[in-house]
Formats: sequence, C-alpha cells, structure tokens
Amino acid sequence: MDSLLHVTAVLSVVLLAMVLISLRRAHIRVEYSVSWLLAAVAMLLLSLSRPVLDAITRWTGVPDSPLTLFLITGTVFLVMFFRFSVIISHLRDDNVALTQRVAMLEYRVRSFEQE
Amino acid sequence: MNRASGADALLVIVPALNEEGAIGEVVRQIRQHVPDVPVLVIDDCSEDGTIGVARAAGADVLPLAHHLGLGGCVQAGYKLAYELGFEYVIRVDGDGQHDARDIPAILERLKSTGCEMVIGSRFVEENGSSTGMVRGLGIRFFRMVLRPILGKPVRDPTSGFVGVNRRALEVFARSFPLEYPEIEALVVLQRRRFRFEEVPVKMHPRLAGRSTITPRKSLYYIVHVLLGVFVNILKYDGRPRPGRGG
Ligand SMILES: Nc1nc2c(ncn2[C@@H]2O[C@H](COP(=O)(O)OP(=O)(O)O)[C@@H](O)[C@H]2O)c(=O)[nH]1
Ligand SMILES: [Mg+2]
Repeated sequence: MDSLLHVTAVLSVVLLAMVLISLRRAHIRVEYSVSWLLAAVAMLLLSLSRPVLDAITRWTGVPDSPLTLFLITGTVFLVMFFRFSVIISHLRDDNVALTQRVAMLEYRVRSFEQE
Repeated sequence: MNRASGADALLVIVPALNEEGAIGEVVRQIRQHVPDVPVLVIDDCSEDGTIGVARAAGADVLPLAHHLGLGGCVQAGYKLAYELGFEYVIRVDGDGQHDARDIPAILERLKSTGCEMVIGSRFVEENGSSTGMVRGLGIRFFRMVLRPILGKPVRDPTSGFVGVNRRALEVFARSFPLEYPEIEALVVLQRRRFRFEEVPVKMHPRLAGRSTITPRKSLYYIVHVLLGVFVNILKYDGRPRPGRGG
C-alpha cells in the first residue's frame, strides 16, 4: 500500500524536475508551468502525508487512500487538459484571424503595387 | 480590384484547395457569364498550381499563408469584400460543380427580395455519381433538423452556391464557422432573424479532382455540423471571438 504512495511521490518529483528544467530552458512559458507545478507539489505533499490522505479518504468514503490520491490527481489533470483545449481554441481563433488579416494586407499591397 | 465600383457592386468569390485542374475553366466561365464582375479566388494554401492558373484566367487571388479549412477561407473572402465595400458576394465552388449561368438569377433574387442570403439549390436530387449515399442521407437528415430551427424548409442546406448581401457580410465577417460552413451559417443568420431564399440551379459533376467529403468523412461531417448547429443555437452572445463564434 505505502509503496504505491512512494511511487507517486517519486513520480511527482520527476514531474517537478521536468517542469523546472523545461522552464530553465524556456521550453515552457511561465504562465503555462504554474498549473503543472501546483499539481506536482500537491501530488507530492499528498503522497508524503498519509494522515491527511486518510482523513480525506474517510471523509469522502472512498475505499482506500491510494485510490483517493489517484482520483484527486486524475481530476486535477482532467481539469488541466480541458484548460489546454480552451487555450488551444483561443490560439486557433487568433491564428485564423491573423492569417486572414495577413492575406488581406498582402492582397492590398499587391494591388497598390500594380497601379 | 481595390474597391467596389458602384453602389450595388457584386464580387464573386471562389474558395479553392488544389483545384488547378478546374479553377481556370471556372474563372473563365464566370467572367464570360457575368462580365465586369471581379472574381476573387481564395487559395487555402494549395500545393498545386491553383494560384497561377487562377491569375492566368483573370481572377484576383487572395492567398492564405496556411491552410484554414473551407469556412476560414470563405470568411477571408467575406472580410475582404466587406472592407472593399461590396454590396453583394456570391460564392462559387472552384471544382466546376456550379454553373456560372445561374449567377445572375441569384443576384437578381438578392436584389429583388432584399433577403440576406440566397442559396443556389439543386432541387432535383442528383444521382449517386456526385452525391454519395451517405452524403444524400446526411442532406436529408439536416433538412429535418433545420426545418424547426429555421422555421421553414431548406431544400439544399449543404449547397456552397450561396449569395449574400452586405448585412450578412457584416455578420459573417465577425462570425463564421471554420470548417464545414454552409449549414452553420444558416443558423448564424437565423439567430439574427435574417431571411434566406432558394433558387433552383444546375449542378455538374466535378471538373477534376475529388470531393473532399469522402463517405468516411461524411459521418464526421454530420457530427461536427450537428454540434455546430446546437452550439450556435445556445451560443453566449458575449465577447465576439475572431474567426469563430460571436
Ligand atoms: N479553402 C478550402 N477550400 C476547400 C477545402 N475543401 C474543399 N474546398 C473547396 O470547396 C469547394 C467545395 O469542395 P468539394 O470538395 O467539392 O465539396 P462538395 O462539392 O461539397 O463535395 C471547392 O471549391 C474546393 O476547392 C478546404 O479545406 N479549404
Ligand atoms: Mg464540389
């Protein structure tokens, strides 16, 4: 049982390291790293503090603590993935508008040049 | 073409993706049947010679820097037409399926009725050669779905042979679906209480190439468009989003 929590602890440390390294190398923007960092830290704290996890488990009525941890992480990641879809949609909108705008400007430059 | 010439100027737009085999003839036909009307081919980043062929045939070309999909491509044309001051825009497909001889009838109907959109509609069902089985079922399905939404029947909701006036242009410049635009556009108009009419037209088989809507994609098309329709009905009318929504 507890070995499972050790695994998640190690995983969250790996995640944390990955995000920090990516940040340092500017592979990820700060504003997009915050949610990953929070998720990793939360996962780490929960896997290290068995009492807290047990309390949540008793309170929610989930059969056992590791399952609680997985449910929590699962939910957090689901929310984050959804957020990414929202962000991607915004980027797509901006990108479409930009592409159209550039095409129109190019068109007008060309027709002025031809006069 | 820098501006619309005259108070009720018409622009013909032709969205095209890899249509070098057909686009030249399409442009020539349009210029023959509606001379003095500028033709704008919007190229959705074709990988063939579409742009060159279109220019050689006498069209202006609006070249998109990367692929946007049919809706984004048509919307680029609407935006430009709106900015240049055109009163009417008629969209003709670049594959030769639409007959340029029908353009005057669509324009006439736009002018005489003052309605925002006129659809060139193949009232008589085509045979299987150009409308596959799945596609035919899809059209029938959407007729059923759209009827209560639009409050009147629409015979050919997937037709791309569509004329719009400046009021519709203004709306579409702000809000137009990105991918399969025809059906969603009808719902966008309906939300503004705009009117549309249908005019019977001939539709030919494609001059060259293949339809981008293959039977396999038809199912995706149906789900995608159905979702789009309901999103448009439920849409929150807040911040106008560029490119999509609004
Ligand atoms: N811009 C753009 N045009 C497209 C795309 N797919 C098709 N088209 C154009 O849209 C028109 C209609 O496409 P087509 O494949 O014939 O659809 P169908 O007539 O409804 O079967 C043609 O002029 C195509 O060149 C796309 O992804 N982007
Ligand atoms: Mg076609």
